[in-house]
Amino acid sequence: MSAVLIAIGVVAGVGAVAALALAIADKYLAVQEDPRIGLITAALPGANCGGCGFPGCDGYARALVAGTAANGACSAADDKCVAEIAKILGVAATATEKRVAIVHCCGTRSNAIRVGDYNGIADCAAAAAVAGGDKGCRFGCLGYGACANVCPKHAISIVDGLAKVDKRLCIGCGKCVNVCPRRVIELVPAKATVHVLCNNPLRGPDVRKVCQVGCMGCHLCEKNSGGKEAGHFTFDGFLAKVNYENYPTDGALVGKCPAKCIVEDAHFESGH
Amino acid sequence: MKTVKSSFKFHGGVHPEYHKDLARDKAIEAIPLPGTLVISMSQHLGAPAKCIVKPGDKVVKGQLIGEKGGFISANVHASACGTVKSIELKQGAAGGYANAVVLETEASDETAYMPPLDWKTATKEELLKRVEDAGICGMGGAGFPSSVKLNPPPDKHCEYLILNGAECEPYLTADFRMMLERADRVRTGVEIMRKVLNGPAVRIAVEANKPEAIAALEKAFADIEGNVEIVVLPVLYPQGSEKHQIYATVKRIVPEGGLPIEVGCVVENIGTVAAIADAVTLGKPLIERVTTVTGDGVNDPKNVLAPCGTRYEDMVAFAGGAKEDVRKVLSGGPMMGFNVADMSISTTKTTSGLTLLTEKSVFQYSSHPCINCGTCLRACPMSLNPAAISCAVESDDIAFAEKYGVMNCIECGACSFSCPAYRDVTQNCRRAKAAIRTRIAREKAATAAAAEKRS
Repeated sequence: MSAVLIAIGVVAGVGAVAALALAIADKYLAVQEDPRIGLITAALPGANCGGCGFPGCDGYARALVAGTAANGACSAADDKCVAEIAKILGVAATATEKRVAIVHCCGTRSNAIRVGDYNGIADCAAAAAVAGGDKGCRFGCLGYGACANVCPKHAISIVDGLAKVDKRLCIGCGKCVNVCPRRVIELVPAKATVHVLCNNPLRGPDVRKVCQVGCMGCHLCEKNSGGKEAGHFTFDGFLAKVNYENYPTDGALVGKCPAKCIVEDAHFESGH
Repeated sequence: MKTVKSSFKFHGGVHPEYHKDLARDKAIEAIPLPGTLVISMSQHLGAPAKCIVKPGDKVVKGQLIGEKGGFISANVHASACGTVKSIELKQGAAGGYANAVVLETEASDETAYMPPLDWKTATKEELLKRVEDAGICGMGGAGFPSSVKLNPPPDKHCEYLILNGAECEPYLTADFRMMLERADRVRTGVEIMRKVLNGPAVRIAVEANKPEAIAALEKAFADIEGNVEIVVLPVLYPQGSEKHQIYATVKRIVPEGGLPIEVGCVVENIGTVAAIADAVTLGKPLIERVTTVTGDGVNDPKNVLAPCGTRYEDMVAFAGGAKEDVRKVLSGGPMMGFNVADMSISTTKTTSGLTLLTEKSVFQYSSHPCINCGTCLRACPMSLNPAAISCAVESDDIAFAEKYGVMNCIECGACSFSCPAYRDVTQNCRRAKAAIRTRIAREKAATAAAAEKRS
């Protein structure tokens, strides 16, 4: 019995001494840190995605306090978050717009014409290096999920050989944009609802050879959205692009695209 | 002149099935001029040539249509007479895109060759200039411009000129037929190159499975003066790799990341040597080459002499057409060749073969985890650790791959060939190399930008 008591006494004693040492160390060896860093870190989305260019949210918070980063570099932070950070920093908030990633391609396995079988490493860059991938189109999504693998929020899924972004989960960090060997992903304003899902600037007949739903550059979308003056669309070769500075909002454009590559709210909801 | 057996064996190597008998006994046959040629501006290693013709222009066979676009680059000439239809961005066999001249050909005997030179009286500079003007590049596969190879920096001296006649790639027989039928051209080429390089010793490396070629070379070189040897190499893949050939013939090791000239060697492919002879004695630029169209997927495998820019479909049609169950088309042989998915791709100065394989000879596999057996380590001719590199690349640890020397990988495919777990080892190495090259290019650009900012 006494052995048990001795053991309890020893452990309690060691605990008391250690607690005392820690209390003293906390008082005399404390590192003075700007309390704002902790507050800002707590206010940030906390994805640690690195999209701002700093090592995680904590690094970004330190840079904000040090004045080396602009409030708004975090693409995942919404207006509320930016305003809160501005309040903590004691500066005026700048308006930011939430941006999300979109895959400019709708060449699913059934739509895109495949020219071969690929059974090497399941990675987009590796597949692109072997005769340009198994899809005939050399501008579209390869569908091997390099973007899905880097997404910190698991917002990208590969459905039927095509990457799709879940708008609700996407924080707009841009990692997928950089990893895509085909450069088919773009960050666009989250409020934009009408998108051209094609990335092939070749002439119509050449596009049709490789894809059933490729943009042929017929300019019908431009005409239907109020002509060239309205400026809702720009053209790169024979490819229509939504002008995201002045994006169209008319959902009726969708049904009028003969190639069926204009869609309304392309953002896929994965149901995570 | 003597024939010796090589006694130096490099580490590793594999023995694939060679299948050379398909086209081995077929004499070189010239293809009838195709209606359309697609002549790429990037048929060589280095900067693409600058196109100097416009759509609608009439060109003559041998006329310059692309000027070399840098120090490491080569001229491109029209392979036939005709009219330039358009200049388009076209995909090459390796997957890259380059400008290409689409030429509608017309039958005509007109040529715009350069004036013939007598190599015995011409100066070294004239000969070198001719090699450069004729747009000659290595015809073995890499396409390194010969004018650069033949013009070593002043502090380097070429002691050995090595002729690469190993042709270790399965299926291909283009170089073999070249040695058999054009041994005299090879000899002229050797003498020209020897003059340009200030009289190095010559070693002609041929694998032991080509006794007819060795006999033909022995006959052609019988009365040549100076230090010339035919070196008979053991049959082993990748015996034709530049670095391994240097080791097997003269037992020298090219330093990491270095060129053969650093150990006093210049290696040229047999076809290239014959092309140099043609460029000097006939004034004919490099506009055609021998390509083996082979594999069990073609009806009549043969060695085809075709103008550069012939589309693959025309090549296959000339070889009796493709069989119905063709599963895989390779530009080159099965070990180093590129998969192609589009038969409208055209041949270049480096297309040594076209291999069509049927369902029966294509092995469909799925990759399994590494079983740590070490077979790839024994197979790797560069003495790397492909297993570790491959696993590292799969987990995105490119730094590890670099530390383990992946940049020395020659992408010969011996590791993937020997892997009992069917892993994509070579592909992983390629991926790592591409990632490292991209990183280096990015760093260079960043340094340059920073320097500009400072100044």
